[in-house]
Amino acid sequence: MYRSHVLVCGGTGCTSSGSAQIIETLQTELEKQGLTKEVCVVQTGCHGLCALGPIMIVYPEAAFYSMVKVSDIPEIVEEHLLKGRVVKRLLYNETVTDAGDVTSLADTEFYKHQHRIALRNCGIINPENIEEYIGTGGYEALGKVVTSMTPEEVIKVLTDSGLRGRGGGGFPTGIKWKLARSNASEQKYVCCNADEGDPGAFMDRSVLEGDPHVVLEAMAIAGYTIGANQGYIYVRAEYPIAVARLKIAIAQAREYGLLGKNIFNSGFDFDIGLRLGAGAFVCGEETALMTSIEGKRGEPRPRPPFPAQKGLFGEPTLLNNVETYANIPPILLHGAEWFASMGTEKSKGTKVFALGGKINNTGLVEIPMGTTLRQVVEDIGGGIPNGKKFKAAQTGGPSGGCIPAEHFDIPIDYDNLIEIGSMMGSGGLIVMDEDNCMVDIAKFFLQFTVDESCGKCTPCRIGTKRLYEMLDKITKGQATLEDLDKLEELCYYIKDNSLCGLGQTAPNPVLSTLRYFKDEYIAHVVDKKCPAGVCKSLLRFEIIPEKCKGCTMCARTCPAGAISGTVKHPHVIDPDKCIKCGACMEKCKFGAIIKR
Amino acid sequence: MKSLDELRAIREKMQKQVGLRSEGDAGIRVVVGMATCGIASGARPVLTALSDAVQEKGLTNVTVTQTGCIGLCQYEPIVEVMEPGKDKVTYVKMTPEKALHIVDQHLIRGQVVSEYTISGIMG
Repeated sequence: MYRSHVLVCGGTGCTSSGSAQIIETLQTELEKQGLTKEVCVVQTGCHGLCALGPIMIVYPEAAFYSMVKVSDIPEIVEEHLLKGRVVKRLLYNETVTDAGDVTSLADTEFYKHQHRIALRNCGIINPENIEEYIGTGGYEALGKVVTSMTPEEVIKVLTDSGLRGRGGGGFPTGIKWKLARSNASEQKYVCCNADEGDPGAFMDRSVLEGDPHVVLEAMAIAGYTIGANQGYIYVRAEYPIAVARLKIAIAQAREYGLLGKNIFNSGFDFDIGLRLGAGAFVCGEETALMTSIEGKRGEPRPRPPFPAQKGLFGEPTLLNNVETYANIPPILLHGAEWFASMGTEKSKGTKVFALGGKINNTGLVEIPMGTTLRQVVEDIGGGIPNGKKFKAAQTGGPSGGCIPAEHFDIPIDYDNLIEIGSMMGSGGLIVMDEDNCMVDIAKFFLQFTVDESCGKCTPCRIGTKRLYEMLDKITKGQATLEDLDKLEELCYYIKDNSLCGLGQTAPNPVLSTLRYFKDEYIAHVVDKKCPAGVCKSLLRFEIIPEKCKGCTMCARTCPAGAISGTVKHPHVIDPDKCIKCGACMEKCKFGAIIKR
Repeated sequence: MKSLDELRAIREKMQKQVGLRSEGDAGIRVVVGMATCGIASGARPVLTALSDAVQEKGLTNVTVTQTGCIGLCQYEPIVEVMEPGKDKVTYVKMTPEKALHIVDQHLIRGQVVSEYTISGIMG
């Protein structure tokens, strides 16, 4: 029996900041102090506060150590684990009061507004140990369903709970399951979409890394409900930790008889296979995903027929996203009312967001639907670095749009976001400040869709390329006002004519920035200026002669040799040679260099 | 897995372990003095005995932790039991055997073992 548990985050964020070495050092130090039988080290999934990684939590004190370094470990082991004195200096500063008292992690701004359902086990259990998952109530919902509920009862609970698909579209999950059940066939399939591809999104990745069994359990429940005995998880190969833990989880679930034949002696058989995607964004689209599982090139096909009618291998198929599955076992254990008591009228429960961009607490948060964007950015996210001003938040990745400052107080749910021209998407939330150029952002996302378009249909393949070229023209100051009209027209053409969701939503970043930041587009086109100072072609670096002391620092820094002048005399930048890297501006001690 | 009972047996076994990973609520806190003086007079086996017994008996409302020197070095190993709404009880000159006795009498049955307390020893 262990008296103390040391939880070290083994999510992708903390792994890249060195948590594996920390675990190694911890074990050596514990051995040195003879504590290996008293203290256990657990590698968990993501805790959410990735900005402060590597993260380490010591129970029973619940001491939250942040940005832990290998060199801190001997002190933590000797002081805290041996002598019982928490090393306050290394704790997350929000958990230590001015008087030096240690407060609860749940009271910090980052965690206090969160409500964790999908992420409930992430960062708490060891994802590679099925018994720890069972210890938190895991597989109980599956047991309850197969031994005491009819498929219709399961569907009713899900419908009453108001759960909607967390992958982006927000289709009611109960109805989806009902449709898949109602199409009779000898063979049906249950699939899990773990092909998370939006730039900056890592919600599903964290669930798979931190709590893989919840997905297996929910898929087995889905199999029982719709009448399928085979499931597939489609996960991208770029998620090596998630893939490894899924493999372990599937093997353990089989060993414990939670996958396989005759689960809970109910006569129900279910097994799951893992399929790795090569990382094409289009394979997150449901028809392309199934085509890829079939072993063919990942291309979408027209709908109808919908997957519930003719899906994988031409059979009725149920396809849900990772986060949707993660909500299902708790709903079946706690009931539809419990879930429906959270959120807004039409969006129930919680949503996981990956906070990124210009924000202090980058990381993973789960908030009740209806939380305002202001709360997410200012309270949970800890505001914007360097006192800059909030300009917009981008949700839904390349399929979504921007939420400008004027909608800062809008409660986040599916319908509100669509109304203001964005979308929930899978949950990436990128915060932008006054230094971000909105035309450049639109161009960035279009570059992404141009790269990721599968090329099957013309509006998407050629249309997105032309859109990108127009945006490029604008950022270079070569466009006219007529081009802006053409830009918008092409957006609607692509939306209306593309085959799948990728093309249909690809123009959204352009349309939403045009809607809220038209003035920036006009500034690029008419004044040939980039207000945020991002678009290099429209930028000019100049030296104010009155402020320049002639220290020669800028001339020595310039990598292009574009600055000339003699000592103690004002220097000059040659605009033809200047590559607009801004290095001179950073080095100038007198503020004599300006960007315009 | 053939039955829900089988699943529940695993869950109960694991809950004793995973249950440690929740933030301190208003349960009983058992604190063992683990400064140099405590360790020198044998606090380590006391601490291990206490935490093993607490977890084995499934006392989910009890947490066992350590603390530094409280200044009564001649009475180490010292174990303090803190219960919300009650006076702190200080046990002195502990051994693993005495510790187990405290788990049975005090932590489970709620009866203070007065012969081990500081006032009991000092008369």
